[in-house]
Amino acid sequence: MKWLSDEKLNRLRTIVNEPDFSSTKYTFVKELGRGGMGAVYLVEDRELNRLVAVKVLNTPDITEDLRRRMIREAQIIAGLEHPGIVPVHDVGTLPDGRIFYAMKFVRGLRLDEYAAQGASQRDRLRKFQAVCDAVAFAHAHGVIHRDLKPQNIMIGSFGEVLVLDWGVAKVGPQMNADLFHGLIDENHDTSHGTVIGTRDYMSPEQARGEIDQIDERADVYSLGAVLRFLLDDKATKAAKAIRSKAMAHAPESRYATAAELSADIGRLLDAEPVLAYRENPVEKASRWVGKNRFLVLLVLAYLLMRILLIFTSRP
Amino acid sequence: MDPDTDIGGPLHKFPVTNHSAIANARSDDQVTRQRALDVILTSYWKPVYKYIRLKWQANNEDAKDLTQAFFANAFEKDHFARYDAGKASFQTFLRTCLDGFVANERKAGSRLKRGGDIDHYSLDFAAAEDEHASHAVSSTLNPEDYFHREWVRWMFTLAVDAFRQRCLDSDRMVRFQLFERYDLNDDDREVSYASLGQEFGLEPATVNNYLAAARRDFRRIVLEKLREITATDEEFRTEGRSLLGVDVK
Repeated sequence: MKWLSDEKLNRLRTIVNEPDFSSTKYTFVKELGRGGMGAVYLVEDRELNRLVAVKVLNTPDITEDLRRRMIREAQIIAGLEHPGIVPVHDVGTLPDGRIFYAMKFVRGLRLDEYAAQGASQRDRLRKFQAVCDAVAFAHAHGVIHRDLKPQNIMIGSFGEVLVLDWGVAKVGPQMNADLFHGLIDENHDTSHGTVIGTRDYMSPEQARGEIDQIDERADVYSLGAVLRFLLDDKATKAAKAIRSKAMAHAPESRYATAAELSADIGRLLDAEPVLAYRENPVEKASRWVGKNRFLVLLVLAYLLMRILLIFTSRP
Repeated sequence: MDPDTDIGGPLHKFPVTNHSAIANARSDDQVTRQRALDVILTSYWKPVYKYIRLKWQANNEDAKDLTQAFFANAFEKDHFARYDAGKASFQTFLRTCLDGFVANERKAGSRLKRGGDIDHYSLDFAAAEDEHASHAVSSTLNPEDYFHREWVRWMFTLAVDAFRQRCLDSDRMVRFQLFERYDLNDDDREVSYASLGQEFGLEPATVNNYLAAARRDFRRIVLEKLREITATDEEFRTEGRSLLGVDVK
C-alpha cells in the first residue's frame, strides 16, 4: 500500500465530492460555492457552447424528501420568469445519483461585495428597488423567498439585479396554480416551530418558528434588513424611516407588500414625500429645493443679475 | 452479473455491506463478531500505532506490542461492544480506550511483555514506522488531531487498495490505472486526458468517462468503509463530514 501524501489525500477528498458529469452535456469547470443543500459549480454546456451554473445536491445518498425539495426549488424558479430572478435551464439526475439543476451563470458581484466596492447611496437604492420588484413579482405569484440577504442577491456585470437561492421558498395558497402544479403540498418540510432563514435578516415571526404566520411581510422585513445593510451614516431620515417601517416588529405595521416598499423607495429616489415619513415644513422645503435645484439656481441667478443691474445702473 | 454490483463484492476481503462492524461487534454469532473485529482492527491499527508513538512517546517495539495488546485486550474483553453511539463517535471512544489502556500498562510496569499470551495479528508495522519516522516529526498537530488525520489517510489508503483489487477482479484494471495516473499522480508533469488517451489507446472522451466511473466507484468504496466503522446514521454523517469535508447522508 502506497503512503498517501497530504496533497494526494486532499486531491482524493476533492474528487470523491465532485459531481459526476459524465454522460451529460456538461463539463466540469470549477466549484463556485457551497450552501446548505448543495454546492454550485461552473460547468460548460457543450451543446450550446456556454457556461452555466449547476446546483448539485451534496450527496447522491439522499432522502426522497431532499430530492423533492431540490426539484421543487428548480420548479419554483422556473415558474418565476422575471429579469430579476435567475432562470433555470435544466433539471435532472447525474450518473452518480445526485439531483442537479442548471441555471444562468451570473457574472458579477454579490450585493455585499457590490456595496463594499463603494457604490453610491443612490446606486444602492436603485439596486435595492430592483430587488424589491423581483420579490414583489414572486409574491404576486404566491411565492415567499424566506431567506433574503445580500449574499443571495447578485449584481450582474451590466448592472442587472438577480435574486438567488429559492431553496427554502414557501409557495402560498394564493399561488399561481398554472405555474406551480402541486407544489403547495411540498411545504411539509416546514412544520410549525421550524426556524428558516438567516438570523440577521429574518423576521421575528420566522425567528420564533411561526411558519403559519409567515407571509409576504416576512420578506418585507428581510428586505428592510437588506436596506439597513445598504444604508450608510449619511442616509436621510426618510430612508431610515422606510427601513424602520419595513422592519417593524409587528407584520401589520410593515409595508403590506414588497411592491409598496418598492414604490416608497421610488418616491425617495424621485425626491417625493414617502409614506413612511411625515416631513415638517423645513424638510419639505429642503426636499423641494433639492428636487428643483436647477430651477432654484436659475431663479437665484436671475435675482442676482437684477440686483447687480440695479446697483450698476445707479448714477 | 456485474461483479461490481454483486452483494458482498467480488473481493470478500472488503465486504460490501450496509451493516456496521461496530454494531456487529456485539453479535452473538461468533463468525459475524469475528469479522466485525477484523474490520475494526484493519481500520484502526495504523493510526493507533502512530498515535502511541507520538502521544506516548513509545519506541518502535513498545508501540508494536502496545498496539497488538490493545486490540487483543479489547477483543477479549468485548470493550467495543460497550460503545454507546449517543455519547461520542467510535473514533473518540477507541482513542479514549487506548489512552486508558496505555496509561494502565505504563502504571503496571509493562506486565504484558513481548511474547506473552496475547494474540498477534499480522500487521505491517515496518511500513507504519517508516511513515511515522518520515512524516510525524514535521507534524504540528496535537496528538488527537494527528490520530484523526492519520485515520483519514488510512481510510483513503484502504479505499484505494480495495478499489484496485475490485478493478483487478472485475477485469477493469484500465480504470484503476487511469485513476492512478491522473488522480494519484506522483509525477510533477501535467497529465491530460489527451496524453492518457494516447498512452492507453483511448479517445479522450473515453478517458473522461472511465475516470468519472472510477471516481464514482471510489467514492462508493470510501462510503462503504465509513459505513462499516460507524454505528449510527448520525455518526456516519459526522464522520463522513470529517472524512470527506462535506455532508453525507
